[in-house]
Order: sequence, then structure tokens, then C-alpha cells
Amino acid sequence: DIDDIGHKYHLELVLEDVLDKDSTVNCTAEVLYHLGNKNIAPDVQFTIEGELKNTDEADNVFYNQIKSLEKELVAENIPDSHGNVSPEMEPIHLLAWVASGYVIWQNSTENTKFQLAQIKHVKQVKRSDEYLEFDYMILLHEMVSQEIIPWQMTVLWHPQHGVQVTQDSRQPKHASE
Amino acid sequence: QLDFWLAPRSPGDPVDVRVPFPSLQPLKAHLEANGISYSVMIEDVQALVDHERTEMLRSRRQLPLSTNTFDYAAYHSLDEIYAFMDLLVAENPNLVSKLEIGRSTENRPLYVLKFSKGGTNRPAVWIDTGIHSREWVTQASGVWFAKKILLDHEKDEGLASILDKMDIFLEIVTNPDGFVFTQTQNRMWRKTRSRHSGSSCIGVDPNRNWDANFGGPGASRNPCSETYHGPYANSEPEVKAIVDFVNNHGNIKAFVSIHSYSQLLLYPYGYTRTPVPDQKELHQISEKAVAALSSLYGTNYKYGSIITTIYQASGGTIDWTYNQGIKYSFTFELRDTGRYGFLLPAKQIVPTAQETWLALKVIMLHARDHLY
Repeated sequence: DIDDIGHKYHLELVLEDVLDKDSTVNCTAEVLYHLGNKNIAPDVQFTIEGELKNTDEADNVFYNQIKSLEKELVAENIPDSHGNVSPEMEPIHLLAWVASGYVIWQNSTENTKFQLAQIKHVKQVKRSDEYLEFDYMILLHEMVSQEIIPWQMTVLWHPQHGVQVTQDSRQPKHASE
Repeated sequence: QLDFWLAPRSPGDPVDVRVPFPSLQPLKAHLEANGISYSVMIEDVQALVDHERTEMLRSRRQLPLSTNTFDYAAYHSLDEIYAFMDLLVAENPNLVSKLEIGRSTENRPLYVLKFSKGGTNRPAVWIDTGIHSREWVTQASGVWFAKKILLDHEKDEGLASILDKMDIFLEIVTNPDGFVFTQTQNRMWRKTRSRHSGSSCIGVDPNRNWDANFGGPGASRNPCSETYHGPYANSEPEVKAIVDFVNNHGNIKAFVSIHSYSQLLLYPYGYTRTPVPDQKELHQISEKAVAALSSLYGTNYKYGSIITTIYQASGGTIDWTYNQGIKYSFTFELRDTGRYGFLLPAKQIVPTAQETWLALKVIMLHARDHLY
């Protein structure tokens, strides 16, 4: 408890590579949830002990695959109802996961727990520069309220420059349901 | 009368022939007398023909032939699951029977499988899956549990001893309306499909609709919310059917309600921080059950009371069952922890069901050894 400021949490965690369960790295973090105004994202400071795996090769393969597509990529329902993700879509799925992490961070409070539930729709946006751009419509699952929240996010990615969410907005729940 | 399936061509070439029954002996005698060697390729052609005909009839209707050919590593439709139940009963009518305990809002039958080795109104274990329709790994696990009980009821000592003293009731699709909706319209549908006056929003959260601090904090009074508790306790026929069943049976000793996801084993209460009187015992059982679960594939589970482990929730199933005197009341949240969430890949169904079964056996064995 920090008077007049908010609640600070000190965390010791282990990061596990989703694609390689044996690859782990220790991490410490401090998270400060601000009192009162719930529209400010929590402050996060962190230290990673050691190095994250180098993914240059896989990044470049994916980058070149997308760059060489004749038509802009379009896909929906990733994973599908049965949990399937086709191998070609796996990087698109992972990219959404990373980008949704940013959206989740920006919208988290001490009373929320978000997970990416599904990519409803993704559309590649043509660009004249070297970046890849994807317009995603994702579903976030919020654990406490159990709500499924549609969210639009525009994601930029480049193998050397990483991920950026340039635009995101919460969408209204489907009226028909 | 000999029917040549591979006709004679030239000396030295083999010949295949279908022999009608009355001609068998004479033909064999003739071949032996002439030093012609032979071997039997098909003992009984009629049996093969009969079998093929049955297969062809069934595959036209797209039904599995038996619970042995049912694909447990895939997600199935409501019709397929209901057909599976009938197959199961037909294959083992001495052990399994199917009960209809009520009808859903959209008038679908609510079926419970009863596994019993006899007796009258024996103390019983209740297991339900699929109360929240989008939690697909749970219905799929329920199907697997049903088959598992059938496979193991004699050869597995623990299960056999449980069934010697207790009956098992298993409701696989506790929310069939929601389930069909997840398959036809919205994969993420959680609630029932009831309409209540004054709102265009549909559905009540069946795990907030029970008479245990109904309407208190931890549920929503907004009909459009995923945790809407409904207009009054037991307003949902899916819930009322179970309430009536439990009350009429009067001898249920363990009650397990299965959800996904989060990998948790929970006991009451969800509506209050006050621990249940049996907290220590339930905690110990949970510890043992989770250890058994983990032993198979290393899956990590946390355990504790609902309110301290997950969140505050009022009107929940196991809070009601516990307050009815069913001491061994538990809720599972199955795989995973969010990577796929509700969209768990089908190839994880069987491993999930297998590990969960080990935990269920711990609970059932404890109940058997501590009947009250």
C-alpha cells in the first residue's frame, strides 16, 4: 500500500518459452496500480536475468513469407472452434498474442484478468515501407466478469524493430446474442 | 454349386472358391483324395456380409458403430453425444442406465447416466460437465469418463470397490441449449438460452442461479451480463432439474461440477470468506487429488476455496450442494491456463480426461471410505 498513490506489487517470476517448455528465464518485476483513476495503465518495471532466445531465423522466414504473398493475407477464427491453428497461421497467432499483451496491459486493473480468447478476423494492410501491418479483430476473455470483449487492434511488425500496436479500440458486444 | 471367386486359369495357378455349407465335406474329401492342397481364407462368408450390411446402414446415418469406434479425441455434436449414451447403455445394460431428469428451456432432454451395480438408492457420487456450454473440453471429458467407467468397473480395484458401495451419476451435457448454440452461432456462449421479460438479452449463468446467497455479490443482475444470476433462484430448468434430482435422491455424498479453464480444484464457498466447517478435510482431499492428477503428465493445478482461489461468486452450484449437506462438493477448472482457453485443441481431450479421472478417483475413494 502506498498512501495516496496506489498498490505496488513485487513479483518474482519465471518466463517460459511457449514454443520450448524447457527454455526458461527468471524475471523480477514491480507493478504499480494507480489509486482512483482506473483509466491509467499500471506502471511496470522489470528485469530479465539472462537472455531471451534468438529468433532471427524464424522471424525472417515469416517476414519473407508475408512479403512474397501475391494478395494481402486474410484469415479468421484462429484458433478455430476445435482449437486448431494451421502451421502457416501460427506466427499470425503468436503476433496477436504479443500485441494483445500490450492491449491487456493498458486496460488492466487489480480486478481484471484478461486472456486472448481468439482472433476473429485478421487482414493484412498493404504498406509501402518495410513494415508488416495487420488489422486484427480479437476476442479478449476477462476472467472475473467472464465477458468476451471484441477488440480491434492495428499491429505493426518488423524482424528488427519488433511489435507496435498503433491503434486499438474496444468494440461493442454483438447485439444479436 | 461352387462359386469361383478366382477362376481356374492354367495348371499350377491358384483358385479361390466359395463353398456352400452342404458341399464343404464332399469338396474337402475330393481335394484330399486328389492330393490338392487348400487353405481356408474366410471361415464364414455370411457373417462378413451381415457385418458389412450393418456398417453400411450405420455409416449412412453417420453414427459410430459402438463405443469402441467412437472418437474420444474429437469434439462431437449434441446428437452424437446423445447417440453415444444410447450405445453405452445398449452395450452394458446391467451397469448403465439413462435417466431423463428434465427438459431445457428449448425443450431438449436433460440426460443423466447412472452407473450402478445394484442395491436401492445407494450413496452416490454426482459428476456434471458442460454446465457452461463454451467449456468444450468438459463435455468431451464427460464422454470419456463414461467409457472409462465401463472399461474399468471390473478390472480396476479402486473403481470396482467404489461401485460396490456407491452409484455414480454423470450428466455430460448439463446445458444442451447453450451447447448447440456454441456449435451453430457463437462458440463463446456460456449461459443458458432463456428469455426473461424486460430484456432483449438472452440467458442466465447457470453457475449463479443456485439458492446459495442468490443475488449476493459475485453475480450480476444485468441480463446482458455473462454472470447474470437470473430472476430468481432455480429459474433455469437446467438447474432446477438437478436440484429436484438431488433432493429426491436424498443420498448423494459427493458432488463434482466440472468447468474449464484455469487448472484449479475448488471447494466451497464462493459467496463468503467464512471457511466451511469441513475446510481442513476438503483441503487435504484436494491436495491428494491434485497430486494424483499431476502425476500423469505434470499438469499443474492450484487448489483452495472458490473465493480465495478464483473470485467471489454467489449462487454457485457447490455452495448450494454443500449447504444441503453434501460434504464432498468440488469444482474443477480443467486445462489450460489461457494459451488456448476455451478453444483447447482436441488432441488434449484424452490427456485432460485421463489426468482428471485420477483426481476424481481420489475424491470418490475418500467418499467411499468416509460415508456419513
